[in-house]
Amino acid sequence: MEIKSPQFKKNAKAALADEQLQKALSHVRSKFIEKRATAVRELDCFNELRDNAVAIKKHTIKHLDLYLERFEEKVLEQGGQVHWAATARDARGQVLDICRKIAAKTVTKGKSMISEEIGLNEFLEVNDVTPIETDLGEYIIQLRGEHPSHIIAPAVHLNMDQIREDFREHHTELPEDRSLEEPISLLQEARGILREKFLGADVGITGANFLIAETGTSVIVTNEGNGDLTQTLPRIHIVLASIEKVVPTLEDTSQILRVLARSATGQEMSVYTTLSSGPKRGDDPDGPDEFHVVLLDNGRSSMLGTEFEDMLRCIRCGACMNHCPVYHAVGGHAYGWVYPGPMGSVLSPSLAGIENTGHLPNASTFCGRCESVCPMRIPLPKMMRHWREREFELHLSPASQRRNLKLWAWFAKRPKYYRLFSRLSHLALKMLAGKSGRISFLPLAGGWTRFRDMPGPEPKTFMQAWQDRSTRDQPQ
Amino acid sequence: MSSRGEILDRIRSAVGGVATDKMRKANVERRLKRHPVGILPWTYKNNDQVITQFTVKAKKADSTVERCKSADVSKAIVRFLKKHNLPAACRIGADRKLKNLLKGQEAVLEITHGPNDGSQLTGVSCALGAAAETGTLFLVSGKDNPTTLNFLSENHIVVIHKKDILKHQEDLWVRLRRKYGAGKLPRTVNLITGPSRSADIEQTLILGAHGPQRLHIIVVMN
Repeated sequence: MEIKSPQFKKNAKAALADEQLQKALSHVRSKFIEKRATAVRELDCFNELRDNAVAIKKHTIKHLDLYLERFEEKVLEQGGQVHWAATARDARGQVLDICRKIAAKTVTKGKSMISEEIGLNEFLEVNDVTPIETDLGEYIIQLRGEHPSHIIAPAVHLNMDQIREDFREHHTELPEDRSLEEPISLLQEARGILREKFLGADVGITGANFLIAETGTSVIVTNEGNGDLTQTLPRIHIVLASIEKVVPTLEDTSQILRVLARSATGQEMSVYTTLSSGPKRGDDPDGPDEFHVVLLDNGRSSMLGTEFEDMLRCIRCGACMNHCPVYHAVGGHAYGWVYPGPMGSVLSPSLAGIENTGHLPNASTFCGRCESVCPMRIPLPKMMRHWREREFELHLSPASQRRNLKLWAWFAKRPKYYRLFSRLSHLALKMLAGKSGRISFLPLAGGWTRFRDMPGPEPKTFMQAWQDRSTRDQPQ
Repeated sequence: MSSRGEILDRIRSAVGGVATDKMRKANVERRLKRHPVGILPWTYKNNDQVITQFTVKAKKADSTVERCKSADVSKAIVRFLKKHNLPAACRIGADRKLKNLLKGQEAVLEITHGPNDGSQLTGVSCALGAAAETGTLFLVSGKDNPTTLNFLSENHIVVIHKKDILKHQEDLWVRLRRKYGAGKLPRTVNLITGPSRSADIEQTLILGAHGPQRLHIIVVMN
């Protein structure tokens, strides 16, 4: 997938003017936040669970090599295969090789962000393997030739009438006069079409929410059941997982599961949590003949030991974007690559390079809501600040911004001038505010005051207030 | 160098290098052997409370739940099918417990055996256990209860004995280790909480996505 993150400003502007998108985004603002809040309130120990989940991930990351080796050992023990992929290209190649060995024509797919990250669908298509997305949201956006705009609700940017049109356009084998008024009729239509695809596919590809080292197990967490049909019916099941998905034990998995669904959809538990350990066994009447795990690095191991290491705790629940005022305003596509929202603004530069993902660390108001709801307590704003520093060091930020920062630095190093300047601007703001105490037009900040008034300044500058206080507090 | 070596080397040098290997290996072995239990939500005074919690949570997740005596399981199945206007037929695996419960009912309920190839409307499975905390059923793959019954059936009926309803997920891990051995699991363990659903269209929740539309749980009380 082509990276369009450097055009964030342009993308955001277009998103703000897009009426359909704005209508669709209103569902994110209301529903996700409310559902999570209720689920968290109803659990007596949510924060203790968060702390423990963080501790588990920290421990795992410190022993990541060893847990990965154990995971591999256990997968092999039960007849599965493990493929290590240092890069996206390696992973794509490994998946294609597996498909080619059985001359696979169609591949059904459960929801996987890793698949988006490595651009698997496009690659399979040019190599004559047809990928079929089976998660309802993913299926819809595949029909539209789009990419997910949210990591757990890929079609959240669409409204029902758009989906209805897509179905009429693509499902031409169905009667034209059929009713598609209700969401349920759309769902049933997709279910019917995909049922055939499930039963006819040669290979099924899923992602993984966890890899359990203790038992060599991959875990998917879903609601629709498409992931399970994807991995149970075809001859081959391929799991695409990144290396940081590993957890030590079954007990550790349960701890994290308790915060995952609650943070994501506000469910206490997703409908299906499926543990898969290897291929079909002797007395199995169903299940795949082959079980492959592709372990993807693609830049993650380079985050270890850096200020971005904490990001490897991310469990992809989507809470950060569900609570982000910037995401609410512009939606996921504006971010221009696979991972949107605050987690994407931190992760994308790590994986794709800050020089290719410019502006993402700036797509934040630093309100801190993302960090406050993150089940893994990832300090997202702090890490975005680190990226801004790197951006500055590498001379990637715009010239005007750099000039202004330099100007500010000049003043900051000369307190006398700094105070003089702040006194003057305080005075000027006071004059602009006038009797009303509000500023409706501010030179150089027209973009801000065009949509709202700026409050007038406090009666005194900080330094004045500080001095008054020091004199007052001194013993007489 | 292979991807494998490359990735592992990079991790090793970042997390402490060879010098810390011995200590880190010991940490890993200890954790895998002891598999410490973390935080367990909710406390229960007695077994009745556990069953009640299971029922409340399962219903909250849109499952339907009924309790009955072992002699009445087939009647409960027939009643459920009738209520939803479904043919009096179901598919089951080779589970002996389940077979015994349904014995002698062939006149009122047509029973076929094996996995579901997509043509069976109703599948009946026997759960290995359940976690009361979220109303979650635990089903394991194999000829006794083929996985396809859980996903290709439009109506999924799960029979569970009340003594198999435990408090937390962790209790089920203990049970699985006892049954299959440490570090081993059956090919698939399905944790199921309610019928399948999607909210991908305008965040509106609809039951019955790719999996079953209905999940009916029959708790055997004796």
